[in-house]
Amino acid sequence: MSSMKNFTKALTFFLAIIAPLLIVTIALRQPDNDRAMLEALKTKYLTEHQSGVDHGKMEILQQDFSNPHEITAACLSCHTERGHELLQSAHFTWEREAYIPGRGVTYLGKKNLLNNFCTGVQSNEGSCMKCHAGYGWSDKSFDFDNQFNIDCIVCHDNTGTYKKAGGGAGYPVMGENGPDFKKILASVGLPKSENCGSCHFTGGGGNNVKHGDLEMALLTAGRNVDVHMGVDGSNMNCVDCHTAENHVMKGRYYGVSSTNTQRMSCEECHTAFPHQKSILNEHSIKVACQTCHIPVYAKVNPTKMYWDWSTATRKKDGEGYENLDSMGNITYASIKGDFEWGTHVQPEYSWFNGTADHHLLTDKVDTTQPFLKINTLMGEYRDHNSKIIPVKVHRGRQPYDTENLTIIQAKLWDKEKGKGALWLDLEWERAIVEGMAYVGLPYSGKHDFVTTEMYLPINHMVSPASEVVSCKECHTPENGRLAALTDFYMPGRDRNFMLDFSGKMLLILSLIGVAVHAVIRIISARNIKSAQSH
Amino acid sequence: MIFLLALTGFEIHSSFSLFGYETAVDLHNKAAWAFIILIIFAIFWHFTTGEWKQYIPTTENLRAQAEFYLFGIFRNAPHPTKKTLISKLNPLQRLVYLGLKVLIIPVMVVSGLLYMFYRYPQDGGIEIINVDNLEIIALIHTFGAFILLAFVIVHLYLITTGHTITSNLKAMITGWEELEEDDEEISKKEDNE
Repeated sequence: MSSMKNFTKALTFFLAIIAPLLIVTIALRQPDNDRAMLEALKTKYLTEHQSGVDHGKMEILQQDFSNPHEITAACLSCHTERGHELLQSAHFTWEREAYIPGRGVTYLGKKNLLNNFCTGVQSNEGSCMKCHAGYGWSDKSFDFDNQFNIDCIVCHDNTGTYKKAGGGAGYPVMGENGPDFKKILASVGLPKSENCGSCHFTGGGGNNVKHGDLEMALLTAGRNVDVHMGVDGSNMNCVDCHTAENHVMKGRYYGVSSTNTQRMSCEECHTAFPHQKSILNEHSIKVACQTCHIPVYAKVNPTKMYWDWSTATRKKDGEGYENLDSMGNITYASIKGDFEWGTHVQPEYSWFNGTADHHLLTDKVDTTQPFLKINTLMGEYRDHNSKIIPVKVHRGRQPYDTENLTIIQAKLWDKEKGKGALWLDLEWERAIVEGMAYVGLPYSGKHDFVTTEMYLPINHMVSPASEVVSCKECHTPENGRLAALTDFYMPGRDRNFMLDFSGKMLLILSLIGVAVHAVIRIISARNIKSAQSH
Repeated sequence: MIFLLALTGFEIHSSFSLFGYETAVDLHNKAAWAFIILIIFAIFWHFTTGEWKQYIPTTENLRAQAEFYLFGIFRNAPHPTKKTLISKLNPLQRLVYLGLKVLIIPVMVVSGLLYMFYRYPQDGGIEIINVDNLEIIALIHTFGAFILLAFVIVHLYLITTGHTITSNLKAMITGWEELEEDDEEISKKEDNE
């Protein structure tokens, strides 16, 4: 009888507690993933692109070229349709046709947009076009319809010897000081990371100045800096991800782009459900991969975080000068103003749905705002296309017209002194007058400096999984990474203080009530006992 | 299980750190599933055994029972409600347990499931069942958690008010209780928490 009861008890216990736990554990169990094996296989199956053509055997490339347009002509004599593709490509046009809500169809790009680094290319083309995939864009007269103005080699040189000349409007160094063009042309191929990096690493006037996550160190660093490009890992090239169809590259930079098209995404390789834990996969509905997987940027060399143009043009003994910090970074230059740098910078975060707006030269400056947004990343929690992305925010102060309330495009560069270029003459007024005349906009004669912010999405320098951002870095009540994004409720960060207070009070009162009740019981029990014994 | 849920739940709420956030979420979700399975079993048992009738509320003796906890207990007065096979719960228990079973537990289960799955409609683009904000779900879930925890505290204390300090505790854990009157062992089901 008793053993029967014990058996029933045990059975009940098993059914009630152990069985549900077992079922749940088994249901949620997932196989272990052998990361090391995966890495080894990735490396094993890496393939190098094999060219189907030996350009060294092409007769037309054996000439002694005297000018680079002839080289382009030689390329196009076989690659007959590539010229038309390039004439449409943003690498050549520096603008894109885009619909921006509130503005309509716009033609914007590096060609005519502002930034808060060197502020813009207009009137400075002679220098800026060192990074244009073309030859001779020195002013507004440049012919964007001439195929022979395309520079093929800057992207397709595989020798690493091709260089565009400084201040040469995109022309390379030619003649005796120039590279061996026969050698270059014999080995042209798919762009290497060095080719892309020659411009994309050095934007803003030096290595890593602009982006913070794109710099020379990516060519030599290990997986700890960038898991994809690490030389001790997959050692991938830029174009392995940024693939191109008819010279239209995948990937967008929203300092100049505006639409949610031709974007690069991690999911293309990693799928939309890359984690074993579904709770992590679920995060990807609202959180971009980069947000957790790029905990810091500028992991090797510093990137510029602040640029104050208002202090430019100071002189010492009648000459411009520079100050360096202990690391050798320029902290002040008479031609540019004050700088601040950062390494291992933790990104700021923003909602982003893939569309952006830009402050144009013709837009008004709202002086009641604490700062002006050079570009605006669109998105919010309630927008189902938006995700949280990591962003480098570059802050600065740059000139604006206090009467017309427009941002000023100043003339910074020229070949010689005395033509109003700020970097040579160290004088604001003339530089502004020349710059505004070039862009064809009025200048009232009065300028001041306005605080601006520019938002550069961070997509590179992906860290190894072991260094990923941890839960608590966001799900924490104070100073979390996402503390600035307040348009949604996040567990562990947010709470209703009334509810929490009432709840705590309820618990405390329950405990006190119970304790008081217990104490009275003990005392009264004693009294009863002592009364009985008397 | 209820303690595991409370500990991990309030860690997720950032009230303290114990398991680590990720582990806490993991444990909380697993314990939640186990708890839901238990609830399904419990509902099944309630109906198959007819024990659900134990929770039909009554006002009879309600006042006496409250007065017993407030005063009588200190004077070593007898329990005003006799436990019998047909009626195992005193009127206060009936009310509180009923409230727990039809109000708090369903609210916790529903808000908990919404908490787990509110994202999926968004991804599928089924606009009509979209939950735009986690906040209301989270606050309801937190509210329920406080009520449940307060219940557990008082519940565990009142266990010691049985015939002897431990007699009700034994009954709760084993499900078996000796009834004074009959001097005979009769099965009594309780929630295995």
